[in-house]
Amino acid sequence: MKTLLDPCCDRCTHTPETPCRDYVRCLTEGPICHDDPACKAEKQRLLKEIKPNEENQQIFVCTGTGCASCGAHNIVDSLNEEINHQGLANTVNVVPTGCHGFCEQGPTLIIEPRQILYTLVKPDDVAEIVQKEFVEGERVERLLYVDPLTNQPATTFANANFFAKQTRVVLNNCGFINPEKIEDYIARDGYKGLTNALQKMTPVEVIDEVKKSGLRGRGGAGFPTGLKWSFCRQAIGDKKYIICNADEGDPGAFMDRGVLEGDPHAVIEGMLIGAYAIGADEGYVYCRAEYPLAIKHLEIAIRQAEEVGLLGDNILNSGFNFHLFIRAGAGAFVCGEETALIASIEGKRGMPKVRPPFPAQSGLWGKPTNNNNVETWANVPHILRNGADRYAQFGTEKSKGTKIFALTGKVNNTGLAEVPMGMTLRDIIFDIGGGIQNGKKFKAVQIGGPSGGCLPDEMLDLQVDYDTLTKAGAMVGSGGLVIMDETTCMVDIARFFLNFSQSESCGKCTPCREGTKRMWEILDRITKGEGKEEDLDNLEHLAVVVKETSLCGLGQNAPNPVLSALKYFRPEFEAHIRDKNCPAHVCSALMTYSIDPDKCKKCGLCAKSCPSGCISGDKKTPYQIDVAACIKCGTCADVCKFGAVIRA
Amino acid sequence: MEWITLTIDGRTVTVPKGTTVLEACRMNEIPIPTLCHDPELSSYGSCRLCIVEIEGMRNLPPSCVTQATQGMVVRTQTTKVRDSRKTILELLVANHPLDCMTCQKMGDCDLAKYAYEYRVTGELFKGGERRHLPLDDSNPFILRDANKCILCGKCVRACEEVQGRSVLDFSFRGFHAQVGPAFNLPYSESECVFCGSCVSVCPVGALTEKKMVGQGRPWEVEKVQTTCPFCGTGCNFDLNVKDGKVIGVTSNPEAPVNGKALCVKGRFGMDLIHNSERLTTPLIKKDGEFVEATWDEAMDLVAQKLGEVKQEHGADAISVLSSARCTNEENFLMQKLARAVIGTNNIDHCART
Amino acid sequence: MCEACEDLIDPKETELDAVIAQYVREKGALIPVLQKAQEIYGYLPTEVLKRVGRGLRIPLSKIYGVVTFYAQFRLMPMGRNVLRVCLGTACHVRGGAKVLETIEQELGVKDGGTTEDQRFTLEIVACIGACGLAPTMMINDEVHGRLTAENVTEILSKYE
Ligand SMILES: Cc1cc2nc3c(=O)[nH]c(=O)nc-3n(C[C@H](O)[C@H](O)[C@H](O)COP(=O)(O)O)c2cc1C
Ligand code: SF4
Ligand code: SF4
Ligand code: SF4
Ligand code: SF4
Ligand code: SF4
Ligand code: SF4
Ligand code: FES
Ligand code: FES
Ligand code: FES
Repeated sequence: MKTLLDPCCDRCTHTPETPCRDYVRCLTEGPICHDDPACKAEKQRLLKEIKPNEENQQIFVCTGTGCASCGAHNIVDSLNEEINHQGLANTVNVVPTGCHGFCEQGPTLIIEPRQILYTLVKPDDVAEIVQKEFVEGERVERLLYVDPLTNQPATTFANANFFAKQTRVVLNNCGFINPEKIEDYIARDGYKGLTNALQKMTPVEVIDEVKKSGLRGRGGAGFPTGLKWSFCRQAIGDKKYIICNADEGDPGAFMDRGVLEGDPHAVIEGMLIGAYAIGADEGYVYCRAEYPLAIKHLEIAIRQAEEVGLLGDNILNSGFNFHLFIRAGAGAFVCGEETALIASIEGKRGMPKVRPPFPAQSGLWGKPTNNNNVETWANVPHILRNGADRYAQFGTEKSKGTKIFALTGKVNNTGLAEVPMGMTLRDIIFDIGGGIQNGKKFKAVQIGGPSGGCLPDEMLDLQVDYDTLTKAGAMVGSGGLVIMDETTCMVDIARFFLNFSQSESCGKCTPCREGTKRMWEILDRITKGEGKEEDLDNLEHLAVVVKETSLCGLGQNAPNPVLSALKYFRPEFEAHIRDKNCPAHVCSALMTYSIDPDKCKKCGLCAKSCPSGCISGDKKTPYQIDVAACIKCGTCADVCKFGAVIRA
Repeated sequence: MEWITLTIDGRTVTVPKGTTVLEACRMNEIPIPTLCHDPELSSYGSCRLCIVEIEGMRNLPPSCVTQATQGMVVRTQTTKVRDSRKTILELLVANHPLDCMTCQKMGDCDLAKYAYEYRVTGELFKGGERRHLPLDDSNPFILRDANKCILCGKCVRACEEVQGRSVLDFSFRGFHAQVGPAFNLPYSESECVFCGSCVSVCPVGALTEKKMVGQGRPWEVEKVQTTCPFCGTGCNFDLNVKDGKVIGVTSNPEAPVNGKALCVKGRFGMDLIHNSERLTTPLIKKDGEFVEATWDEAMDLVAQKLGEVKQEHGADAISVLSSARCTNEENFLMQKLARAVIGTNNIDHCART
Repeated sequence: MCEACEDLIDPKETELDAVIAQYVREKGALIPVLQKAQEIYGYLPTEVLKRVGRGLRIPLSKIYGVVTFYAQFRLMPMGRNVLRVCLGTACHVRGGAKVLETIEQELGVKDGGTTEDQRFTLEIVACIGACGLAPTMMINDEVHGRLTAENVTEILSKYE
């Protein structure tokens, strides 16, 4: 069967060896080099097959990591079977896609062009969906997503608050194309940004356009991307490299995974544009090994781009060469730091290096190197396709564009949400996120992962942009938002992050190697009820030293969760130390268990499950806990069906 | 050369462009504590003890890897800087066996020196987790106590950059990081050639000269610079002399030929000086037994015998082989003896090929 | 080649040599080669590290340094199934610790341990990128989400 990628007739001469400069535009608007209505019609027909419309309805089934783990592949198979069975194969198409961003509700599927969103779909539901949607023209009401804000089923996905309040630029394709097909990307204007850059702009003009867009790095520090490129462009060197940082180690962030799985060509196109602007001819994508699907999709995408001549030598007959390679990480968070990442690509221990020299001067194998985050690269095609001004309409004065956040924790709608920079935390958490699970009270949001900070209730109206968050003691970081409710203990969370940082420290510099360990020890003591009055001052002092003297961003930011928790939740720390009490009832050593004699139905289940056998009672006497022998495991409270066991 | 001017602790100083802040301080006798820096090795910037305050820079930059720039304003002794250095030292000490009393390095130990200077108490982080690694006592030359290692990485760099061996590297990470040979095997089972370069750079008692253990404290030792007698390279080093007895060899960083580098013979071969088996007078074999003789007797005998050979078989029946362990001057004299006195060109040298 | 000699050839070694030969000219080959070697052998025995070192001309100390730096590399044999329990932030907040506890009890091993019957190796990881389904774990390449102390036992039973 002919695809969009095949030449329309033998007048088309495009091959990777004899490339045509108009190749990309030709596929969607062509033919360009000759005028033939038959060729044009053929191309339009093939294009139509890819884009959903009434005659060609499409079911976009998320087969991203999350949904795949809930059986999305079975759903694709059943859908195909059912559609064939019903004889609908000519009008309905099943498209496996990347993440819809709504992983909590997975597996999810979206039917286009009607924009119907079905959530938590099971293979058993498939027959009903096909019957109702495509035969009877109706909805399967019970599978529609019920918006927690309105308690109403969302009639289209765009109506659901989760999607409605987002601005999807980078995620525009994610979930709406088959990431294993380059033609799907091209059909949605893919590689047009590259074509613009190669045909109409000099490298310096490309950099200026990116500067004008105001794009800042999405990997953490928010460094202006255009400026960064210009450093590397100006650096003297016979060979230059670019890198895509796909190490995404921040636990609780998965937007890079979403983009790589769902729209790998956007990253490749961004890198091509960057390489052209900088003057690099080789690039690496450093992707963590924990993302096998992302690596697979990238491999396929690179191969396809090479096959059509969008990667390789003399790309689109412009004389520009670019080769792209993948390197799989081997499990070290610190390799997200760019000098460590470079060391890792070189085959060394991922230990950060002192800067200067900056990678722009001396990076990979001592050559000028430019590294950007996945999301940063994926923004670039949009800027070059639609112009810097269109891009810069979103965001705040100093933070332009959109940012993808990963909403996780105790929030109703976990998933990926792309919003304009400057939206308030409240809007993100309560409108898009749909508020706190189980009607509990919001307590804090951890933003920026182990490098960021936790912000309390009072800060919910803060605008989310680079500078505002840094001022508040957090940071945009990768964009992970972990939402915590009243049942989360902030001392425990601080200890959790310190444990993460100290186990991921590379061990090179003293403050981070030794200091994060001691900070963790102090926090651990506090959660165990062994905290001393002077611990908090010591902790704070040590945190500041580690922050100010560590070699790389890991150590410099590791104290942030502690410092922000101390700043906003100090009384909770004090309660642990002075009153030996964990107000959130999390720290097990500080809890006491007792049984409410009035609620106890004398079933004896607790006594049977108690591992230390310290519960006594019988059919007549309510059960009782011997507090001295209790090991505070909490089993009794978990098993008691009548809520008679009191944790305090 | 281009020069730049900067202010350090209120003093205006002028240094060549390309100088680090640390070098600028040292050129001007401004003390900065360092543990991982060594002018002969590449910069690593890991101990963070050399931190200073620099106007306009965030955090406390390490002076050893920060370039001095025109107009820079540096402060090396503010309360913040001193407090932070002290905390860093406390952190090191918290994971260190304070065995100074019995430690071979005592008196020459940088950690102990700075801990003393910064009034480190060891109380701040008492009771925390510590390493307990086995002692490497496997070879006659180098004693390795990984528990005293502060992970400055100097030995790793010395072995790679000076000796070109790369026997040592870091292993594991974070708090569990270690430095040692592959698989943390004992030195004796590694590819080590016992040049001792690693020992010479170690700032603490993690790597020490085994033969010097218990032989003398640094302040009891007189250092006598000398040239190695073992080969013609002519390395210089310090004999460590206590009570008129050589107890070991340490590198002399000023050594013109070799810097701190030495080989196993020069560094660890000096025990021959006081070996009881050592020859102290010439011996002449009489009736199948070696008998002590004076130099005059010995020389006369050699001259007489050589004369007899020459007379009987001609000068070319004699051949002279000299040694790489002699100095150039001695070798020159030897060939003079062969050519001018004996009258033969049969002179060769053990290191000729 | 006679049969007796053929028996002496270790097919894994041949495969490893092929990998080394493929990468020997590439820059930064060590980590990909170690990853492939681990795929071949299931872990990285000392002999394999020495062979890689000889093949790529990299000092053994550096190889050991790399192998012990990255969490992915294993110096001990692993179980038939590798179970990675996520204790990342999202999973921690949603009760990952309880799930881990259940698994530890069920298997009788802790982080890094392998069950006596070689069925499972247990590892704790921080985030596998499926936070939306927290708490999560990954068995081999399969992700399992929305775990509870109750349903993990059942999932485990599916792996032999
Ligand atoms: C400990 C540490 C971990 C990091 N992890 C990542 C990461 O996983 N992904 C990423 O893009 N940047 C990460 N960064 C930031 C990078 O060092 C670098 O700043 C970023 O990739 C630059 O890209 P950008 O300018 O596009 O943001 C990390 C930094 C540190 C200090
Ligand atoms: S701050 Fe931590 S991770 Fe960074 S170099 Fe120092 S020890 Fe390594
Ligand atoms: S908390 Fe655990 S040990 Fe204590 S009474 Fe309940 S079941 Fe028994
Ligand atoms: S290495 Fe230094 S600080 Fe450590 S025990 Fe020896 S003398 Fe004391
Ligand atoms: S003695 Fe020499 S070869 Fe041996 S580890 Fe030390 S520096 Fe390397
Ligand atoms: S052994 Fe000595 S030189 Fe080597 S890292 Fe440890 S302290 Fe530094
Ligand atoms: S024997 Fe070794 S130490 Fe002595 S001069 Fe020769 S190289 Fe130098
Ligand atoms: S993985 Fe399916 S919606 Fe995210
Ligand atoms: S001497 Fe500067 S960081 Fe160690
Ligand atoms: S935190 Fe567990 S999957 Fe991300």
